Amino acid sequence: MLGRNRALAMLHRAIECSAADMTQATLDIGESNLTRFANSMIHQNVSERNAQIAVKAAIGKRIGYATTNRLDDQSVEAVVSKAVEFARHSQENPDFVSLPAPKPVPTIDTYDERTAAYSPEDRAGAVAGMIAEARRVGASAAGSLSNGYQESAVVNSLGVEAYNALTMADLTTVMSGDGGHGYADRISQRIGDFDPIEAAVEAATRSVRSRSPEPIEPGEYDVVLLPYAVVELVEFLAYLGLGALAVQEGRSFMCGKFGQRITGEKITIWDDGLDPRGLPRPSDPEGVPKQRVDLIVNGVANAVVYDSYTAYKEGKESTGHAIGGAGAYGPMPVNVFMRPGGSSVEEMIASTKKGILVTRFHYTNVIHPVLTVITGMTRDGTFLIENGKITKPLRNLRFTDSILERLSNVELISRETKRQAWAVVPAIKARAFRFTGVTEF
Amino acid sequence: MRDLTEKALEKVRELGASYGDIRIVRRTSESIEVKNGKVEGLTSETDEGFGIRVIADGSWGFAGSLTVEPDEIERVAGLAVRIARASAQVAHEPVKLAPVETAEGSFEFDVQKDPFEIPIEEKIKLLLDADRLMRQIPEIKVARSSMNFRRTETIFASTEGSYIEQIKTESGAGIEATAVAEGEVQKRSHPASFRGDFAAAGYEFVEAMDLAGNAERIAKEAAQLLKAPQCPSDVRTLILEGSMLALQIHESCGHPIELDRVFGTEASYAGTSFLTPDKLDDFRYGSDIVNIVADATAPGGLGSFFFDDEGVPAQRVDIVKDGVFVGYLTSRETAEKLGRRSGGAMRADGWNRIPLIRMTNINLDPGDWTLDEMIEDTERGLYAEMVGSWSIDDKRLNFQFATEVAYDIEDGSLGQMYKNPTYTGITYEFWGNCDAIAGEDEWHLWGLPNCGKGEPVQTMHVGHGVAPARFRNVRIGVMEAPEGEDV
Repeated sequence: MLGRNRALAMLHRAIECSAADMTQATLDIGESNLTRFANSMIHQNVSERNAQIAVKAAIGKRIGYATTNRLDDQSVEAVVSKAVEFARHSQENPDFVSLPAPKPVPTIDTYDERTAAYSPEDRAGAVAGMIAEARRVGASAAGSLSNGYQESAVVNSLGVEAYNALTMADLTTVMSGDGGHGYADRISQRIGDFDPIEAAVEAATRSVRSRSPEPIEPGEYDVVLLPYAVVELVEFLAYLGLGALAVQEGRSFMCGKFGQRITGEKITIWDDGLDPRGLPRPSDPEGVPKQRVDLIVNGVANAVVYDSYTAYKEGKESTGHAIGGAGAYGPMPVNVFMRPGGSSVEEMIASTKKGILVTRFHYTNVIHPVLTVITGMTRDGTFLIENGKITKPLRNLRFTDSILERLSNVELISRETKRQAWAVVPAIKARAFRFTGVTEF
Repeated sequence: MRDLTEKALEKVRELGASYGDIRIVRRTSESIEVKNGKVEGLTSETDEGFGIRVIADGSWGFAGSLTVEPDEIERVAGLAVRIARASAQVAHEPVKLAPVETAEGSFEFDVQKDPFEIPIEEKIKLLLDADRLMRQIPEIKVARSSMNFRRTETIFASTEGSYIEQIKTESGAGIEATAVAEGEVQKRSHPASFRGDFAAAGYEFVEAMDLAGNAERIAKEAAQLLKAPQCPSDVRTLILEGSMLALQIHESCGHPIELDRVFGTEASYAGTSFLTPDKLDDFRYGSDIVNIVADATAPGGLGSFFFDDEGVPAQRVDIVKDGVFVGYLTSRETAEKLGRRSGGAMRADGWNRIPLIRMTNINLDPGDWTLDEMIEDTERGLYAEMVGSWSIDDKRLNFQFATEVAYDIEDGSLGQMYKNPTYTGITYEFWGNCDAIAGEDEWHLWGLPNCGKGEPVQTMHVGHGVAPARFRNVRIGVMEAPEGEDV
């Protein structure tokens, strides 16, 4: 670990040697480790130690940006010089107002020593236990278990100064056998928050239930979407239109709709980077503290998130949603929450006369951003529901549907939510989901 | 650097590894982003480090670090061996590698104009000129243009005795005009969507694109799309333009022939493959005119190299011959399982990533038609251009692609323009219905800089050489209008 003082001192040195009018320097440094398994064997096992210093230099309204992973004084000076040189040669960007001004950043606990120190032997032991669960049901195990830490610091010439250390642990598994596949994942800033064996049992059980899947004709079906599938819809909403740049460029589904209903009133979605139920962090890469933003409230388009560039352009304050880099892609909500309901997956199944339960989606992509039409496949556990019961596993289906339209037709939402990389979401039951194709497995 | 690589290899031998290699990689990148007359991003990146890969107790271990110094190399070598031994705690088949001749030497791709030596102002001007021309069309609300350059210097050394130095310079650029109206967003790009076209070449490659010369055309087409009707739902003959066909090959041929996917090692993430080994030399992948090769030797190819990242020389490998599936992209480990030599497709996205089987240049051999002849020969069909979006199942069978634009073909002529075109199919049925491929004059080696695979994810630069081609009986127009919306 570099530690707060050394990290900030390195960035202050960078700022001091800059000839620009305004300068921002960020540092990310850490270790990441990942053990991958497939066919019930570990086939890939990696570890890396890496860092990046990024410098944004502003001369008037001309901006330059440069990065390096070399941390010696000479390299830091060189990366500052490069950013300044690029700013000098750039054109004026009239929309640029300023780097962000300092604001108090809260202190939150995002670092767990056990997660940082989790060893290759620890990971191998956990994977061995998961493989044993797969064998118990005659399945083959695949997946990955990763852990690591990252220190992030930012300093700018207007007085912003922020530092945070966080840890991360992430587990994904697919169990397969006799044509059946089952999925589970877990993520947390503390590896002790989840039990790899419990995740293995979830995936193994689902893989057994999905053996010998049968084909079904595509068409409109009521669906029960597990949180693994719901998160895909919510993430695409965030990506397509819940950032200010998408609105400013006129390509967001929120354009012209603020204050109007865009989904059913059961749907409320917000972003809260400080909520410990998600994966919190105190500030964004510009050092702006994370603000809660209510994005969709009872189905009504309410607000989008900002970084300093998009906020100052509108005379507003950043909500702490810069995503780093040169900023060309604009701000994004990355700690999204969807309000839970009062139902359960069991109740959703019991209330369905004929429908399909989807565990997760695969390779989803956008067809029409404003209409929020996306397409993708089902994967790793797709089941037919008839007369309130799961009756058989199904071959995977392709869907092509509008996210907003489907969220306008949600009948039930689960009480329980699940934490995933970008969002914490419940399961939902929705009417008339559009399946447009089938595959052979 | 040779003293450092020797130190690493000595250390892993001393710790009992049966195999070890080290890659020291230095990468310099530059990108320029222009949007609506403003330089939105002017970025320079340098990245350097090393990765050590070993086999110990029959299992793989890998560790990497940014600090290319003797003490750190010793620490990382020890960590790689420790990780391999941890892998071996779980029951496994010992890793065996197909043999390879050791190699030594220095290799560099030729470029006519070093892109890093071209003044920044000159590059910005070229983009701003195109930007201005796009924004002359009032419906264009977002005009984007970009250039990207990258130079990668790699040193590879192995315990088997290879020591290989390679330098590769890449250049790419593209422009994109987005027209916006009430509830509708449409875009057109040049020379390809998603940041344009890329090659292992110098600045001359960017100059040849004539970005400014195509700016007004794509802006007008994007504006026209706002008023164009929705692509109809139908089953028709489909003719694909080159950059769209490049992505079709990428998704429906390039990925399923990766032998690590076939053997299940991507099962939990990207998926597996329908092209299982029992289909090798037997399965009809496409019609008789479909011939596909994996060619890492193609001049200027974004997926070209001299040696892959485990020291295997670049090769041209048959994948589909006269419509029959005959070959895979392989590594030393996976080729050994088929009793073959490696085809040389192990590539790593930088020093901190382990090599995986990746595409090289997956190319469709040219045919003997022209695009015009294909259109003239088509009674009722659809001509579709440039990638809109893509999706395919985890065995690479059921695909659905959207294109930026399509045109009706009626009695051999192009007609009505359509917005939001989509087409869908099953891979081998689609290629089985390929009945015409344009010739060498219209064949182009496209560069795709955004192929994702693996955990941690690795983004690879790959190539696809194609000429426009025709496919019969394709389902088109999958997107339906959401309730209450007029699309």
